[in-house]
Amino acid sequence: MTVTELVSYEDALASYDPVMGLEVHVELGTKTKMFCGCSTELGAEPNSQTCPTCLGLPGSLPVVNAVGVESAVKIGLALHCEIAEWCRFARKNYFYPDMPKNFQTSQYDEPIAFNGYLDVQLEDGEVFRVEIERAHMEEDTGKSTHVGGATGRIHGASHSLLDYNRAGIPLIEIVTKPIEGAGERAPEVAKAYVAELRELIKALGVSEARMEQGQMRCDVNLSLRPNGTKEFGTRSETKNVNSLRSVERAARFEIQRHAAVLSSGGTIVQETRHFHEEDGSTTAGRIKDNAEDYRYFPEPDLVPVAPAREWVEELRKELPELPRVRRNRLREEWGVSEHDMQSILNAGAVDLIVATIDAGADAASARKWWMGELARRANEAGTDLAALEITPEQVARVCALVAEGSLNDKLARQVIEGVLAGEGDPDAVVAGRGLAVVSDEGALGTAVDEAIAANAGIADKIRSGKVAAAGALVGAVMKATRGQADAARVRELILEKLGVEG
Amino acid sequence: MPGITREEVAHLARLARLELKDEELDHFAGQLDDIIGAVARVSEVADQDVPPTSHPLPLTNVMRPDEIRPSLTPQEALSGAPAQEQQRFKVPQILGED
Repeated sequence: MTVTELVSYEDALASYDPVMGLEVHVELGTKTKMFCGCSTELGAEPNSQTCPTCLGLPGSLPVVNAVGVESAVKIGLALHCEIAEWCRFARKNYFYPDMPKNFQTSQYDEPIAFNGYLDVQLEDGEVFRVEIERAHMEEDTGKSTHVGGATGRIHGASHSLLDYNRAGIPLIEIVTKPIEGAGERAPEVAKAYVAELRELIKALGVSEARMEQGQMRCDVNLSLRPNGTKEFGTRSETKNVNSLRSVERAARFEIQRHAAVLSSGGTIVQETRHFHEEDGSTTAGRIKDNAEDYRYFPEPDLVPVAPAREWVEELRKELPELPRVRRNRLREEWGVSEHDMQSILNAGAVDLIVATIDAGADAASARKWWMGELARRANEAGTDLAALEITPEQVARVCALVAEGSLNDKLARQVIEGVLAGEGDPDAVVAGRGLAVVSDEGALGTAVDEAIAANAGIADKIRSGKVAAAGALVGAVMKATRGQADAARVRELILEKLGVEG
Repeated sequence: MPGITREEVAHLARLARLELKDEELDHFAGQLDDIIGAVARVSEVADQDVPPTSHPLPLTNVMRPDEIRPSLTPQEALSGAPAQEQQRFKVPQILGED
């Protein structure tokens, strides 16, 4: 294999203008497959979720899943698409064992949704409109395991094993129009688009869109043309890029690779490329020449889908607030910067903070705990925030205990630790660990007296008006009470006893 | 003018992974051309105002509720497989060494 010499990203952009096309496949969260009643539950044993229809056995007939069609219309509407008045399924014929029928049921020239757009917001707040070509219904393929090769890859394998549990799971494929004019920000736009689409899909409730589980997958088509020209160059298609970061890296790598090939007088081969997570590179896959021919024809076993206009309008009315609009609204309500909001989004904390506020916490506290202590713990554990064993209600309770003075931040962190360790609700952890702030004025007063006696010099400074020096005495009291005192109250007591106005 | 050329038959054979000898290509091209010619007579009676028919019945929106129905057992699913391994369908090498 020849190692690709890359040109620097800056040099590539100095000469060339990238054009992208993004194809995203979303696995719907339906209970059953697209054309039969087999379960879509993940993790079942191999070939335990198949039937004559999804195995393509003779005499079986598919019937489309009503929720699958409804989800497709919702996605189309949320992407500002037109919804077809009448459309058919089509057979995409190909010779590969991942579909036992030897064809994939898809849609060809009659997609259920077409001509839309999605506005995406880049990290600095700039909004970029990505035009949508189409969104169509299809089905996922089975899972292949290649045996006998050194690396589990298809090359060199002696044979392959097929599990058809995934074959027939509903997919929506969403295809953009050529994305032009993004220039050097093309990789960023690609990432922001996929991120926004994922948020949208989740907000619609049609899929959890977890990229790490393959519920959402992206193919990145990219070509370069000399700056100032209109005609598109030859594209490459990097398949199955399965994280937001990878989408950005794949686009960036291909820009640098294409530029290297073109600037040395070479030509880009129209081919699929494989993306490699470990170093962010791509390598050649199969050549997409004109011999690719799927012999599409209308699926005779499925009748046309003709979404009634009244139904479409009902679904339009039920659409949730679009994620970008909602984020901007929340950003203003919470009073945070674009950058902070982006961090909150990236951390997967938006809904958790909203739920915590709904449970009674103020916005600043809710944000502080989720983005601070809890983000740190999730990071340590290598999990998502949402996967932590603490609920927004429990976090709200911690916020309330801090607000009423029963806990200080240090104790609150211990309470959170207890909740995460399965010791029960915050109140149970407080009781179980004896974590309440020392508010017994007698005990506090004694501790303050002792601190003043042990630090006569500092006490004198405070008496003479250097109020800032009180911090040292507060520290001493906190140390003596092992952190279980309310620092603000300690400070008040110190100033009171020394006869100084705070 | 023939309904299908020898080259088109060769192309279709390749798509379907059928290895046809030269004389077979000649033979099938002729036969398929006859068949297509016969079917093409339908177009002679159908005028421009008759769209190609994909579905003979005037039905739309036949859908099923998203309710799980029992699947086959893995043993039943695999019962027709020529070969199996690890409860999966076993298929021959997909790509050769290249």
